[in-house]
Amino acid sequence: MLRIPCPWCGLRDEIEFRYRGDATAIRPAGDGGVDAFFSYVYERDNRRDWHLEWWLHTGGCRRLLEIERHTLTHEIRSVRDSAEALSARPAAAR
Amino acid sequence: MRGPARIVGGWGVDATRSVQFSFDGRRMQGFSGDTLASALLANGVRLVGRSFKYHRPRGIVTAGPDEPCALVDVIGAHGREPNQLATTLALFQGLATESQNRRPSLRVDVLAINNLMARFLPAGFYYKTFMAPGWAWERVYEPLIRRAAGLGRLDAIVPAHATPAESVHDHADVLVVGAGAAGLAAAQVLGATGLRVLLADQDTVLGGGTLLDARWTRWRESVCAQLARTAAVRRLPGTTVSGAYGHGVYAAIQTLDPAESAAFGGMRERLRVIRARRVLFANGAHERLIAFPGNDRPGVMLAGAALAYLRRYGVAVGRRPAFFLNNDEAYESVYALTAAGICCAGVIDSRPRSLAADRARDMGIEVHAGAVVEKVYGRHEVRGLGWAARAGGQRHKLEADCLLMSGGYSPATALASQLGAALRWEESIAGFVPELSPDLGQAAGAARGHCGLAAAAHDGRAAARVIAAQLDCAVRVAGADADAEAELPPDPEATPISALWEVRCRGKAFVDLQNDVTAEDVRLASREGYEHVEHMKRYTTHGMGTDQGRSGGLVGSAVLAEARGMPLATVGLSRPRPYSQPVPLAALAGGETGQHFKPKRRLPLHDWHESAGATFVPVGLWLRPLVYARQGGWEPVLAEAGNVRRAVGITDVSTLGKIDVQGPDAARFLDFIYANTFSTLPVGRARYGIMLREDGMLLDDGTTSRLGPQHFLVTTTTANSAAVLEHMEFHLQATCPQFDVVLTDVSEHWAQFAVAGPRAREVVAAVVSAADLCADAFPFMAVAEARIGGIAGRVFRISFSGELAYELAVPARAARAAWVALLEAGKPCGIRPYGLDALNTLRIEKGHVTGAELNGNTSAGDLGFQRLLKRNGDFIGRTLAGRPGLAAPDRLQLVGLRPVDPAGRLRNGTQLIDASERGASLGYVTSSTPAVALDGWVGLALLARGRQRIGTRLLATSPIHDEHTEVEILSPHMLDPENQRVRS
Repeated sequence: MLRIPCPWCGLRDEIEFRYRGDATAIRPAGDGGVDAFFSYVYERDNRRDWHLEWWLHTGGCRRLLEIERHTLTHEIRSVRDSAEALSARPAAAR
Repeated sequence: MRGPARIVGGWGVDATRSVQFSFDGRRMQGFSGDTLASALLANGVRLVGRSFKYHRPRGIVTAGPDEPCALVDVIGAHGREPNQLATTLALFQGLATESQNRRPSLRVDVLAINNLMARFLPAGFYYKTFMAPGWAWERVYEPLIRRAAGLGRLDAIVPAHATPAESVHDHADVLVVGAGAAGLAAAQVLGATGLRVLLADQDTVLGGGTLLDARWTRWRESVCAQLARTAAVRRLPGTTVSGAYGHGVYAAIQTLDPAESAAFGGMRERLRVIRARRVLFANGAHERLIAFPGNDRPGVMLAGAALAYLRRYGVAVGRRPAFFLNNDEAYESVYALTAAGICCAGVIDSRPRSLAADRARDMGIEVHAGAVVEKVYGRHEVRGLGWAARAGGQRHKLEADCLLMSGGYSPATALASQLGAALRWEESIAGFVPELSPDLGQAAGAARGHCGLAAAAHDGRAAARVIAAQLDCAVRVAGADADAEAELPPDPEATPISALWEVRCRGKAFVDLQNDVTAEDVRLASREGYEHVEHMKRYTTHGMGTDQGRSGGLVGSAVLAEARGMPLATVGLSRPRPYSQPVPLAALAGGETGQHFKPKRRLPLHDWHESAGATFVPVGLWLRPLVYARQGGWEPVLAEAGNVRRAVGITDVSTLGKIDVQGPDAARFLDFIYANTFSTLPVGRARYGIMLREDGMLLDDGTTSRLGPQHFLVTTTTANSAAVLEHMEFHLQATCPQFDVVLTDVSEHWAQFAVAGPRAREVVAAVVSAADLCADAFPFMAVAEARIGGIAGRVFRISFSGELAYELAVPARAARAAWVALLEAGKPCGIRPYGLDALNTLRIEKGHVTGAELNGNTSAGDLGFQRLLKRNGDFIGRTLAGRPGLAAPDRLQLVGLRPVDPAGRLRNGTQLIDASERGASLGYVTSSTPAVALDGWVGLALLARGRQRIGTRLLATSPIHDEHTEVEILSPHMLDPENQRVRS
């Protein structure tokens, strides 16, 4: 079971969160076309590595968190609010 | 006297308190403090079960939870509980037990024929043999095999109340697993730092290996007394840590002692979910068996078990024991039994020489060095053994009534492995030791390959200091340390172990006694390509079962390594998963059984509904009134629904999800979330909306009202309210973080009622102040704030029933006052409450969809919502909803239907086929009901090319009910397609 250090609520059990998938999958622009949306919705790497992912703290602050977790060990390396995470990304990747 | 017997009072039993028990109907007597196993041995019982596959006679092998063979049924007040370990089952007055897997009796077991057929029953036998015909597996082979194999049997479902259980949560800085020399020493150090420590041990008494060595009594008692005075250290005897889940979460099962059990209504186990910053594995090592022919004969035991039975229970496991071993540690049993006056038949030591053997010879014990056991004599119990020099040569016979073996000690690595620890081969102990990441914790003592008690205590202290330093806690008693060190009784000097896994001779040599896996089975697996240790495990079942192969796991790996010509370090052990010990399901369920299985959500008006005679139905977690009648059947439902169509009804729709959306970008956000447009919605109006998933399928529907320029109220279906909120939260934060919008879940803030029927306006007008409700001033889809019976609330002119209808919302605390006011006002009009069943009848007639149609597989086009999809602007699901496949004409489309014969009935789930073709299913019925405004039954269905088939006839068929009804396909809008009623 994961224990996630929510920046707003402290160390909380996984059961309070909802997993929302790969945080590096960026929604294409509305006119991006079927292929781009198909890739965004369905195509995921399944790597044994560090993985950036979204977790929504539904049972707490309801903030969306960007979490860096290792898919093999489940170690969590960083957690930050989605607002902070997205503002740190290059504009093209938002 | 032959066989084992009680000789002296062990420290663990109270010889002044005798306890009566029975085994296979035979009444016997033991002492308070005995386990079933020690009491059986004290009564001379050797044969305790039949093996899993070959039905070979089996006895007690260990003195603890590693036991592979002595599994029994316990016959209790509530039925039979199988697979209880005799070696950990505390004896109590009246305990009734039976042996397992024998027919008709333990001594005469007809299925022992399997043993004679063993050469035809190798690993994988069932897979290879019972192949064809296919039907025979289920009907013939499997029942036969299940009768013949397996261990215990369940003969009753134990009622939930019979096994009360609970789960509790513990928080600690450090979890110390195991309270032997290492664990106690570690807890002592950690306790001095003020860190919060949990010290768990599976045994009912703390002490581990020190309990079997009198030289350690003083130290143990002093440490335990000190820990008892240390508030930050919590001691949990009888608590087995059975799973390690990462992030510092561990599961443990605590077996309650009799006094606590009685205080908790007979509860026996408690699940402890432990969260700890660091773990210290001090859970010792498992003594290994040696694979030699006949190593499963009753009377062949682990040497360490003999020591435990002697010192703890005062039971000598034999009158003339022989030993077969390869390490100095096991000689402790030789010395102890000899010192207790037992005449040792001899020691077979596979090593050419050792310090321990010299000491044994000094005591007058015969030691055959450099030798191995090749044969065991006796059928139901050991009568003697045949040994020979390891290099070969003549076999010598030795008379003995038990054979105590020890192949060395394997550190207990299962929990560390669950945390991802790598295993490192350690030649000096011929075993694997865990390499735990220091961020997670430490392993210490025998769990890290340190065999002696003093070495273990020393290692435990060192590990504790590392953890204390990591957690920034100084060890305050630095000065006392040296004294404590000096107190430790020294470990004897020892000659190292020399690995010995198997003696290859004629006869079955078992590597897994519980699953009847022989060394030859392991070689067969290797020959047949199951070379990886994980494949070998699954092919042979080696290492499965309640004991998880703790005594023979490494032996099996060693046999595999030899067969493959590879180093054992490379072959490794199969990876253990939680649970490492059997865990009763009742303990996992804890208190969450029966009506506490899941929480219940009650409506604000629950008490009113109940007093009105409602039957409730769980919808999600909500309890909703199904119908205001206690008896079943359609009659009361149709009366309620009919009253809505004729006069007026009122129903509680408070369970609808309600999301308050506010902010400068609220309209833009809703345009993005919904497939239709909300930015054009005027203030004071509501609009029906559908939202899609990004893959283009329908997610949910509902009405959204505009309460102000920057203020909307979204309603969702009851079932999807949490999912829709999550969907909106996610996209607001991840996809459109630039929008200035705040979402608030107000589902439980508002109670909401629908007043529906031709006379609804009369009722609502009598209660709602100020607002002009005439059709022109307050048209269909109008929304207004109003006072309802004096309570500030909202009025929506929306309809799910297809009638003129209003929905009235008031704060939940005012629900009853508003509801009662509406009922009073409606009396002259004949108002009646209606439940979920009537609501469903009304919506089916009208052709409105719910979860049965919004089932995750339907697109907007399928349900006839194509025209709702906006042309301009991006929204979730827009692009992928446009994929050709989602608009294909042969998709299942929503239609209505009714039986051609007005007396015919419909059934949900019935398949629709073309009667003339008798072909494949064209679709299925999703919802059906007897109609109130129409004749007979009506239903909704998802039908291939459904819209093209309107007006045609199909067969609704349910072969399992043998029902075949000719139906006419209709437009889903079966009632009032022009919407005159709702607009009246």
